Amino acid sequence: MLWLLFFLVTAIHAELCQPDAENAFKVRLSIRTALGDKAYAWDTNEEYLFKAMVAFSMRKVPNREATEISHVLLCNVTQRVSFWFVVIDPSKNHTLPAVEVQSAIRKNRNRINNAFSLNDQTLEFLKIPSTLAPPTDPSVPIWIIIFGVIFCIVIVAITLLILSGIRQRRRKNKEPSGVDDTEDKCENMITIENGIPCDPLDMKGGHINEAFMTEDERLTPL
Amino acid sequence: MAHAPEPDPASGDLGDERPKWDNKAQYLLSCIGFAVGLGNIWRFPYLCQTYGGGAFLVPYVIALVFEGIPLFHVELAIGQRLRKGSIGVWTAISPYFSGLGLGCVMLSFLVSLYYNTILAWVLWYFLNSFQHPLPWSSCPPDLNRTGFVEECQGSSAVSYFWYRQTLNITADINDSGSIQWRLLICLAACWAVVYMCVIRGIETTGKAIYFTASFPYLVLTIFLIRGLTLPGATKGLIYLFTPSMQILQNPRVWLDAATQIFFSLSLAFGGHIAFASYNSPRNDCRKDAVVIALVNSMTSLYASIAVFSILGFKATNSYEHCLDRNILSLINEFDFPEQSISRDDYPAVLMHLTTTQPRRVARLPLKACHLEDFLDKSASGPGLAFIVFTEAVLHMPGAPGWAVLFFGMLFTLGLSSMFGNMEAIITPLLDKGVLPRWVPKEALTGLVCLACFLSATCFTLQSGNYWLEIFDNFAAPLNLLIFAFLEVVGVVYVYGMKRFCDDIAWMTGRRPGPYWRLTWRVVSPLLLLTIFVAYVTLLARKPLSYRAWNPQYELFPSRQEKLYPGWVRAACMLLSLLPVLWVPMAALAQLLTWRKRTWRDRHVRPDTDTHNLP
Repeated sequence: MLWLLFFLVTAIHAELCQPDAENAFKVRLSIRTALGDKAYAWDTNEEYLFKAMVAFSMRKVPNREATEISHVLLCNVTQRVSFWFVVIDPSKNHTLPAVEVQSAIRKNRNRINNAFSLNDQTLEFLKIPSTLAPPTDPSVPIWIIIFGVIFCIVIVAITLLILSGIRQRRRKNKEPSGVDDTEDKCENMITIENGIPCDPLDMKGGHINEAFMTEDERLTPL
Repeated sequence: MAHAPEPDPASGDLGDERPKWDNKAQYLLSCIGFAVGLGNIWRFPYLCQTYGGGAFLVPYVIALVFEGIPLFHVELAIGQRLRKGSIGVWTAISPYFSGLGLGCVMLSFLVSLYYNTILAWVLWYFLNSFQHPLPWSSCPPDLNRTGFVEECQGSSAVSYFWYRQTLNITADINDSGSIQWRLLICLAACWAVVYMCVIRGIETTGKAIYFTASFPYLVLTIFLIRGLTLPGATKGLIYLFTPSMQILQNPRVWLDAATQIFFSLSLAFGGHIAFASYNSPRNDCRKDAVVIALVNSMTSLYASIAVFSILGFKATNSYEHCLDRNILSLINEFDFPEQSISRDDYPAVLMHLTTTQPRRVARLPLKACHLEDFLDKSASGPGLAFIVFTEAVLHMPGAPGWAVLFFGMLFTLGLSSMFGNMEAIITPLLDKGVLPRWVPKEALTGLVCLACFLSATCFTLQSGNYWLEIFDNFAAPLNLLIFAFLEVVGVVYVYGMKRFCDDIAWMTGRRPGPYWRLTWRVVSPLLLLTIFVAYVTLLARKPLSYRAWNPQYELFPSRQEKLYPGWVRAACMLLSLLPVLWVPMAALAQLLTWRKRTWRDRHVRPDTDTHNLP
């Protein structure tokens, strides 16, 4: 009797979980692509973990807190690793609507991925779109920062070049007028040459021209 | 007509000293920097690949020898001899030719507008390269984050970044859209950098050119070494350089080789004349011309090796991804274990499955993967830099670093060409004395840069890229060909071949040999005329159309072919004719002035014979 019941239950379960059955989802794992050498083999223990994660996701849905691991059925496990799963309700005769399962999986996708060390691309739930990560926009985009740096440097360089140009021009302007100034001053100043003022040279009349050395001074005294 | 005033060696220097190059290296680097530009990177490799690889070098070298070097020598010689910018030089040769100088200035102005806009795009990409992952590596998610943005999904992340996040392009040239502030501030920064470098003329460009002319060579070498060590590089190089000689029978090859040499050396802009005018008069300009032209061509070749090793890597990468996608489809459909089909086994497995389960295989989206198809996906112009190369860089380890290097190289390449363009505008204006003497040079350069920046803001509109293509296709080529033809004819026939040869003998110590005389007198003018006629014929035959980026197009991501509306065609016509119109207008003005003078003289002194030759 017990065996008959067992076979009946298995048969019903087999009908509920079939490829392309109603409310069934196909899952595909790419373990070797994700983990390379550290890939684990897919065995019944991993299947148990998967059922546990699905049950965990369903328990978070209101009205479905009583979902057990035995309510998650897996079938058609291939070498790819891919399989189909359904979630049946406690009465064990019909499957839960796909929409509920879909939203539950989406909400807990991250936890499920982490349980298997996979990500959205290597643990695929066909027909359940994953929510993409929001773009990581820093508050100030990097390009503005670098632009600010470059632009400030350029503006400073331009200012320095203009200022140095102005200074050069001012210095050039001062030199010819400076030369003129000294010429003017010469006429007012007494030019000293050899320690003797030039003025005596201009004077007319019989004055001793002190610009000339006297005879006595020409020869050094013994 | 050859009665131009005798230019003495010290003409124009009696007032104040003409600025001089600090040393010969600055002058050579400036000319090389002006000649070597973005076209060496993104036009020459494309032409090489399209026109039969190594076979393209044959028409290229012939054009270089018979057209490029002789014209280049003419420009350097007259600039060095007459020691003025383009307006002064052509006015000195003949007052009727002064329009040529004015046209060159106007053309340099138009070209610098759009050339610096390209540099603004390069700067934008450069600024965005300082992050990991690169912003063009993945599509942004859409609003409810279930998938990627549709436009990006349909094309590719790289195209989306270029057309939407950089240009924010409209689907039609009539729809101008709004000014993109990101591009506007990049453009402002570019013009500020240009101003900083040309602020005191060659005094500042001479210092800046040491960096901007040599940095690209350093980066090209790094890319060459890295590129050659990437897988698939040799395939790219073999594909590029495998000669197919029968393509030489196509006249388009010869036309494109001649135009490529011509535009690559940046002839007829007036920039080389301006640079040469700052030389000491006794300088061997013949050797300079040959050296600079050869360096320019060598650089093109060097760059194409680097570019094609990277593109070979990219093609191999795409080919392997194509194979991997097909293999994954097969594995997923038939539930084979992961990684059970290698790339080499794929054809055999596919054939086996097609024979055993044809219906299931037919349902799969399998693409035909051929390496040649990916190698054929070449591009020229901005498409090469901003779409193809950016995608190639994504697959290289350490992508942000390579992107920074690449866009830094493009920026310095373009910047050194901009120096030549700006000197072509500023030197003639300075020589002409448009502003009073007390206005400093910094103010003149500042005004020119400001005027250019304000005019170029139209390229930061959403339809700016379409306008830039118009400028690139219509403003420059025809005018340059006409100006170059007039240059050669003006120097050889108006100035006089004998006088020109005497001048060169005085400057370099040797008279030009028969090769030079023959090319100047016959070969180059004839070549230029042929190229001009062929160019105009080709242009007239092609309907004036452009390719628009339209996400609503059925064949998206292919670009939609649209005809230019009437007002745009008028603008094209204006752009092509405006610089050239200066030549007849100035000649006419000169003729009227001469007639007025002779009439006045005849009426003041009616008895004397007025044998005034024009």
